[in-house]
Amino acid sequence: MSYQLNGQTIETDEEGYITNLSDWSPELAEVIAKEEGLEMNDERWEVVNFLRDYYDEYQIAPAVRVLIKALKKTMGPEKGNNKYMYELFPYGPAKQACKIAGLPKPTGCV
Amino acid sequence: MSTLHTVNKSPFATQALVSCLNHAKPGDAVLMIEDGVYGGLGGTGLTDIIVEFGKNVSLYVLSPDLAARGIDAGRLAPGVEGVGYDGFVDLVTKHDRTQAWL
Amino acid sequence: MSDVKKFLYVNRKAPYGTIYALESLEVVLIGAAFEQDVALAFLDDGVFQLTKGQNTEEIGMKNFSPTFRALGDYDVQKLYVERESLEERGLSEDDLIEVVYEDEDDDWAEKPAIRVISRAEMSDVMAEADVILSF
Repeated sequence: MSYQLNGQTIETDEEGYITNLSDWSPELAEVIAKEEGLEMNDERWEVVNFLRDYYDEYQIAPAVRVLIKALKKTMGPEKGNNKYMYELFPYGPAKQACKIAGLPKPTGCV
Repeated sequence: MSTLHTVNKSPFATQALVSCLNHAKPGDAVLMIEDGVYGGLGGTGLTDIIVEFGKNVSLYVLSPDLAARGIDAGRLAPGVEGVGYDGFVDLVTKHDRTQAWL
Repeated sequence: MSDVKKFLYVNRKAPYGTIYALESLEVVLIGAAFEQDVALAFLDDGVFQLTKGQNTEEIGMKNFSPTFRALGDYDVQKLYVERESLEERGLSEDDLIEVVYEDEDDDWAEKPAIRVISRAEMSDVMAEADVILSF
């Protein structure tokens, strides 16, 4: 699998996670989202940016419950809950949001 | 409450056996397996230390690993006892937990 | 929950020479989902896993030392470090990274997760565990 962006081919693993994390750009995020059948909006960007910041600081993509707990703390309970997260990313924040954010699959996510 | 410790490295290559003995409590057992069985030998630079620890801790070696390495049970340090696989299982069931020293 | 067991992950290897240290951390992160009472022990060369200032850029390996600081998010609140192992290696607590957790019972106050303890205390920690996983 791979993504096409501005005439360039971006390599991924068999599940669509990009192989080289430094290939990521906001434009690529839009491409990956489209592939997932999603349109990027402010709410999705909020989560994607949070994931990228978390990875930058801790070198891991957080588990879903850790993500939700952290969002609850920084953005309040109306955003830090499962329902909101699955509305934004129907196939799961780990699977879709991490993929769009250009991160590896979260540890322990099968 | 007691612990069965297993050690699978030669004490001449790593700290595993010495570290294990330093953390074992009276009544614990230490079973030396694989290359760990070299720790059970008599007449080595470590024998005195191991015999001393053996006063508080039961010391065992896994006989099949000893035989594989061509070591006769007569070469074991005083207080070190050989056990077979069935003895290994008995030790596991006799203690409350097993801790591996890798 | 009635069936909470005390899990102790014992780390005795330096971080990059073998895969043990990274594997241990990954198992801790995965295992944290099971809501058990989890503690980590660092002794012998394992104390090298927690040193400050690691930079793996030029060896082509991932620097996973920042990940220890995420453990609080995973409800891992106890990282025991053996004082004798530090001293034998010319290290002190000041050479270690800072890891904190938020104490639910104390208005979510941030508290240090790293606890430097003696070898005898480490023996006690091990003897109190229900399950020991060695790396």
